[in-house]
Amino acid sequence: MKLGVLCSGGKDSLFACWKAMQHETVSCLISVISANEDSYMFHTPNIRLTRLQAEAAGLPLVEIETAGEKEEELADLEDAIRRSVEAYGIEGIVTGAILSVYQASRVQRICRELGLWCFNPLWHTDQDAYMEELIGAGFEVLIAGVFSAPFDESWLGRRMDHAMLAELRSIAEKWHITLTGEGGELETFVADAPFFSRAITVTRAHTAYRNHNGRYLIDQAELTAK
Amino acid sequence: MILLVDLCYKPGSLSRYEFVDPIARIVAGAGYGVTIVHYSEIRKPMPDADAVILCGTALADNAFLADPDVFSWITACSCPVLGICAGMQAIVRCFGGTITERCEIGMTDIRVTAADPLLGTPRTFSAYELHGFAVGSPGVLTVCAESACCIQAVRHPSRPVYGVMFHPEVRNEWVVEDFVRREVPERGPPPC
Repeated sequence: MKLGVLCSGGKDSLFACWKAMQHETVSCLISVISANEDSYMFHTPNIRLTRLQAEAAGLPLVEIETAGEKEEELADLEDAIRRSVEAYGIEGIVTGAILSVYQASRVQRICRELGLWCFNPLWHTDQDAYMEELIGAGFEVLIAGVFSAPFDESWLGRRMDHAMLAELRSIAEKWHITLTGEGGELETFVADAPFFSRAITVTRAHTAYRNHNGRYLIDQAELTAK
Repeated sequence: MILLVDLCYKPGSLSRYEFVDPIARIVAGAGYGVTIVHYSEIRKPMPDADAVILCGTALADNAFLADPDVFSWITACSCPVLGICAGMQAIVRCFGGTITERCEIGMTDIRVTAADPLLGTPRTFSAYELHGFAVGSPGVLTVCAESACCIQAVRHPSRPVYGVMFHPEVRNEWVVEDFVRREVPERGPPPC
């Protein structure tokens, strides 16, 4: 079955893509670029770099821009999916949704409308086992945004490894948040994945941070040999 | 051991992560051993199964409806059975009921219409829906709960056979936990 993966550039969508590749054929990545930084549906830091991720994965990218207004962005997403069906003959969509009924049910409705399958391989996953598998499989995940205490500026741009996972476990327990940052506490950017033929090297980046709200913004990046 | 029956479009599919593994985690978390088998590979429950749970499928996945005979073992099953969404549809067809096209996606209100061993006292609670088909007529089964759209829960009048249309793995894990604890108390973890 040919599938399109909704890709935010973060760990959940690219891990879901990797899982989909193990069972079906991934034919394209689909990215929605939202002008609204607080979009309920679409994560924004470094979204334009999904182009490099698609290139690294050897997959075409279907990109669409949206103003990010609450329900209009869903019409824009539907348009992007429709274009992917036309261009690549996809029969289903893959998302990285873990717990969000808001996101999952909206994508499910679009798929129903378009007669497509919908796959959410991380749905209600064991989050600890997922994070272990993510790191163990060789994903290089950078912290691209922090949006709640106790995460401060020092987290921005950090690479996720087992030491960070141990730290996240202790924070998750103490602050009653999910290990994966599913509540929007953290955003990530994937610089390398097991299915990338080349890795993404960040050559210039800056941070914007205030009061436990910050972004690691990649100004320049390139594909380099692994 | 609790036998989970995978109703997805093929064994070891991409959908299994979404519709079978979360149920397995709930059952294991309640202290029970779990075995997962695809529906195409089973004609009767494994001999040592203490209870059977038939799991759901993706919204577009109705392959399990193609051959009703593949689930005929359910009517002869001697152990407790719980069907979730697609699993409930399979159970309803085994007991003389019908399935009709009716779609529901997202959170909805479930009204428990009569006191039920599995769902408890009459009341309303919120649950996650993801189905393209629903129960047309319940056959010999008793209707226990409804939403504005369709029948949401059934049970057999004299045997421990239950079905829920909503997905308990989302915000209603208690349904699965209560099923195994109620029906298989002797195999669960020792009381604290």
